[in-house]
Amino acid sequence: MTEEGKAHEVSDANFDKEVLKSATPVLVDFWASWCKPCQKMAPILEAVAQDYAGRLTVAKLDVEDSPGTAQRYDVRGIPTLILFKGGQPGERVSEYMPKEELERWLDAAL
Amino acid sequence: MEEALPKMSPADSPGAAAATAAWDLLVVGAGPAGLAVTIYAARAGLRTCVLERGVPGGQMATADWVENYPGFPEGVAGVELGLKMEEQARRFGVTFLTADAGATGLELAGSDKTVAGQRARAVVVATGSRPRRLGLPGEDRLAGRGVSYCATCDGAFFRGKRVAVIGGGDSAVTEAAFLAKLAAKVFVVHRRDGFRAAATLVERVRALKNVELRLGRVPVSIEGSGGVEALVLREAAGGEAGAREERLELDGVFIYVGTDPETGFLKGKVDLDKAGYVITDQEMRTSVPRVYAAGDVRVKGLRQVVTAVADGAVAAMTAEKDLAALAQG
Repeated sequence: MTEEGKAHEVSDANFDKEVLKSATPVLVDFWASWCKPCQKMAPILEAVAQDYAGRLTVAKLDVEDSPGTAQRYDVRGIPTLILFKGGQPGERVSEYMPKEELERWLDAAL
Repeated sequence: MEEALPKMSPADSPGAAAATAAWDLLVVGAGPAGLAVTIYAARAGLRTCVLERGVPGGQMATADWVENYPGFPEGVAGVELGLKMEEQARRFGVTFLTADAGATGLELAGSDKTVAGQRARAVVVATGSRPRRLGLPGEDRLAGRGVSYCATCDGAFFRGKRVAVIGGGDSAVTEAAFLAKLAAKVFVVHRRDGFRAAATLVERVRALKNVELRLGRVPVSIEGSGGVEALVLREAAGGEAGAREERLELDGVFIYVGTDPETGFLKGKVDLDKAGYVITDQEMRTSVPRVYAAGDVRVKGLRQVVTAVADGAVAAMTAEKDLAALAQG
C-alpha cells in the first residue's frame, strides 16, 4: 500500500499497477544515478508529494533499472516528468525546475 | 601580496537603516564565475552568500572533460572541477542558498539590494548562459524525446544507436567525440565547409571510424511521432529552392549552436547589449552602483572557465573596494 504524501519507487514490473491503474493522477519522475539535476529535484518532488497529497501521487522510475518503461514513453533525456491521468501520459517536461516553477506547471496541468 | 581589508560592519555605512543587510555581497549563480567571486570575497572578509537555482558548477557540470583549463596536464572532468570549486568556496564559509532570482524578483536600484528575499550591500550577477535553440520544426516537441542540448546528460540513452550533432565549434566537436564512444553512428552537421573548433579536436573526430561528417549542410526539420526518427538536411549553398535534401534516420539529435545569456530577469534593471549580455567596464561594474557581472553573462570576447574565474576574482575585489569607499564616504 502506498504511503500518501511521499514519493514512491516504481519499475517496469509494477508500472501498470501503480501508475496506469491509479485512480489519482501520477507524476512520474524518470531519473538515473548519473543525473545530478535529478538528484537536486528529489527533495523538491518529496515536497510536492506532501503538498499535493490526495490530489496527486509522485512516482520515481530509475531508467537504468527500468529501460522498458522509459523506452515505451520515448524518454531519451532526463530529468523527465510525465503526468499520467487515467492510465494515459499527458503533460511532460524534460528540464530541471525549482519548486515554485514545478508547482506552477502542475497547477496548470492537473 | 593581497591584504584583507577590515571587515565592513553595517554601522559603518552612511545612512544605515534599522533593518541592516544580511550580506555584504550576494552572488547570483554558482558556476565558475560565481564561485570565484565567493572565494575571493569571503577571503577578503566580506559576508558572502551565493544563490543557485540548480546544481553548482554551471556548464562545468555538464562538460565531459575539460582539456584546456591550466593546471591539469591530463585534463579534468567537468563535474570534478565544479565540485572542487564549490568545496573551496564552502571552506571559506560562503553560504549557499537555493533560490531562483528570475522567479522571485530583485531590487538593484537602492543602497541595499534585494534578490530572492536576501538583502545585500552589493550584488554580482553570474548567471551565465543557456544553450541556444535552432528553432527547427519538431525541436521543441521532441525535447527529451531524442532532442538534447547535453551529450553528457543524455548520451546513455543512445548506446548502440544513431545520433547527429549539429554545430561547428569546440563543444559540438568535443561532444561528438564523446557520443562516438556510446553510439553506433554519429553524424556531425555544420553549415560551413570547415569547423570553427580547435584543430586538435577536429583531427580527433575525423579519425573516428563511426563518425560521418555532413559539412556545408543545414538542418531543415526533426521528424518523429513519439521520439526522434529522422533529421532532414539540405545543402547550405544555393538557397532553399531546389537544394538537395537528405533524410538521416536517427534516434537522437544533439544541438550545439552556441548559447544565450541568462538575463531575461535583468531587463530594465541594468544596461544590456543588443544580444542581452550585461555591459560592464574592465572592473566588472555594471550601469548600477555596487552591481557587478562576471562570466559568460557579460559582454566579452572569450567565454571559457578560465575567463569566468578571472572575472569573478576581479568583481569580488572591485566590490570590496567600492564597499570600503562607501564606508569612508
